[in-house]
Amino acid sequence: MTLIDIAFFFFAAITLVSAGIVVFSRNIIYSAFSLLFTFFGVAGIYVLLNADFIAIAQILIYIGGIMVLLMFGVMLTNKVVSVDIKTGTMQTLPASILTAMIAGSLSGIFYVTPWRTVEHIPANTGTTGSLGEMFMTTYLLPFEVASVVLLVALIGAAMIARRDHSPAK
Amino acid sequence: MHVTLTHYLILSAILFSLGLYGVVTRKNAILILMGIELILNSANINFVAFSRYSGLQLDGQAAAIFVIILAAAEAAVALAIVLNIYHRFKTVNVDEINKLKE
Repeated sequence: MTLIDIAFFFFAAITLVSAGIVVFSRNIIYSAFSLLFTFFGVAGIYVLLNADFIAIAQILIYIGGIMVLLMFGVMLTNKVVSVDIKTGTMQTLPASILTAMIAGSLSGIFYVTPWRTVEHIPANTGTTGSLGEMFMTTYLLPFEVASVVLLVALIGAAMIARRDHSPAK
Repeated sequence: MHVTLTHYLILSAILFSLGLYGVVTRKNAILILMGIELILNSANINFVAFSRYSGLQLDGQAAAIFVIILAAAEAAVALAIVLNIYHRFKTVNVDEINKLKE
């Protein structure tokens, strides 16, 4: 039980407990803040998996971007000051049975399959340079298409979410 | 207990099923979006785990970066739609958003 194993169990516990709070909590603000901790836990898992650039990208994009967007969404679409923010759930029993079955069968498959793994990798200087090189050579087309997707999403979201100030309404 | 690939995969399977439970059970549209983000994160953990345990070939990490990019774009557009729905219906409860154009 080396230190890396303890670190894995620590980050996995943070991730799973926070995800449980996101999914099971009655209060939407608790869910939103627990999602923040879930993203932090996942970033820790990425560091343990030798993916340093993706860990930092996770913190920047997910926590700094998507989390802020979700907070805006939560605050703008619930009446924060007057009503206490409770939220209901529907059909919890069939959903629990279904998700327990899916989790059980996936975990069973993952446990039983004899994976051919490479346990020890040589010490490396970090993945950022190699990823950058890969994006410019092997994955150039998906990279450019992803840029176009981001541009279209930017324009589309701004168009959809703006208020109509036209006086003809 | 030494941590192998199986531990990371089971972690992502549990995270996936928690996200799925959130999507299926919740009534608030924003909480459904949070469940979708959990599902995308679990897929990302899977990608990066396989990338590391195949001798650190970085293809899995490139796929994970693309998933992060698309998740950000999708969250932005989905929240724009949810805001529009809120202006129109005055609620984000998915049970009550059931009218097409009047």
